[in-house]
Amino acid sequence: MDVLTENFSLYGEGFLGTLELTLYASALALVLGFVMAAFRVAPVGSFRVFGTVWVTILRNTPLTLLFFAVMLGLPRFGLVLPFELFAVLALGCYTSAFICEALRSGINTVPVGQGEAARSLGMSFTQSLGAVVLPQAFRSVIPPIGSTLIALAKNSAIAGAFSVTELLGTYKTLSELGYNIIWTFVWIAVGYLIITLSISAVFNVMEKRWGVAR
Amino acid sequence: MTVDPLIELRGVNKHYGTLHVLQGIDLTVGRGEVVVVIGPSGSGKSTLCRAMNRLESIESGEIRIDGRPLPEEGKDLARLRAEVGMVFQSFNLFAHKTVLANVSLAQIKVRGRKREEADRRSRELLDRVGLAAHAEKYPAQLSGGQQQRVAIARALAMDPKALLFDEPTSALDPEMINEVLDVMRQLARDGMTMVVVTHEMGFARSAAHRVVFMADGRILEDRAPEEFFTAPRSERAKDFLSKILSH
Repeated sequence: MDVLTENFSLYGEGFLGTLELTLYASALALVLGFVMAAFRVAPVGSFRVFGTVWVTILRNTPLTLLFFAVMLGLPRFGLVLPFELFAVLALGCYTSAFICEALRSGINTVPVGQGEAARSLGMSFTQSLGAVVLPQAFRSVIPPIGSTLIALAKNSAIAGAFSVTELLGTYKTLSELGYNIIWTFVWIAVGYLIITLSISAVFNVMEKRWGVAR
Repeated sequence: MTVDPLIELRGVNKHYGTLHVLQGIDLTVGRGEVVVVIGPSGSGKSTLCRAMNRLESIESGEIRIDGRPLPEEGKDLARLRAEVGMVFQSFNLFAHKTVLANVSLAQIKVRGRKREEADRRSRELLDRVGLAAHAEKYPAQLSGGQQQRVAIARALAMDPKALLFDEPTSALDPEMINEVLDVMRQLARDGMTMVVVTHEMGFARSAAHRVVFMADGRILEDRAPEEFFTAPRSERAKDFLSKILSH
């Protein structure tokens, strides 16, 4: 218990760091995932190719490798940003590939006739996707998107290795100060649980409200 | 009769893999005309119907709507589709929207009408198909016949020049078929241009100006209903009619 009370501000900073990474990267992942899913079902071939390449590369690259690529690669092209921002970029882009696929599987659960009916009324691709297909797809993708964002929260720990302030990274300081490593990790785990269980709770509420009724 | 052509097909061809599903189709539908397309399943009649608003692409030939060639895709195609309504076998009402919203959606999105204006028009049309009382329900709460009547109202809401019906009663219980056919008969009397793919011979006899008989991707007969039903020319049509009219 001492380890928490005596280092509350350190834990607090780490917790806030992880929370921020999770929030910003989730927002980026949701937006990019949405765009890529639209690309992957678009009637224009080059969009579909772009979406497929995006998903293939990001989903199949180890996240740590992606962090290295962003943190060490982008500055070589003259793009120098704070490490926190690089971390949000890496996490957000990586997770967007999974969001995209979850959304696409949701789109595929909507009967083809729904889109055909929308198009037969003169609605454009974006209109039929936005007003008819996605609202119905959305209901079935709430659970998998929740899981993906929980994974993102935990994946944010990798940022600690790139000197971004986040929750897991606090253990280094604490173990140097000689605290019991078990209790150090217990309180770190509690911090992650607060974030991940909150995400679960939000998605449970969403599922109750909008999920597919059975 | 001199026809003012609204839908024209010239030499239309389409394959599904090795199956030549539309073989050099020529067909003209005049303004205000009701054309019923019949034929055995797999004859290409549904594909023909869907090709007319390009839900199915074609490989060669030309389709013109009101004198203009059917655009390949994009905004022009969307604009043209709004002019040609379509009613599907499986209704395809938007499952997440109320009956009223189903009829209003495209009026707002495509025609740019205000919601109140669109809803007023939708209620008029729902009243016309006898469903004004169901405006606030969701499609799943309606019977098949009611859903199909909503689908017709939804297509009418765009003020289309023509309506395509792709087996509109084939998914319905027998007792619901007539409520849909009655709406279609009324539309025909009001002078709507209609292409109807159906197995309802009674409707073909009573409402059609012309019957088109298709088999194996070709149009074999294209004649007035009385002539067709009493004296079919092709063997294929005689065979088809003997099978469906004998019971």
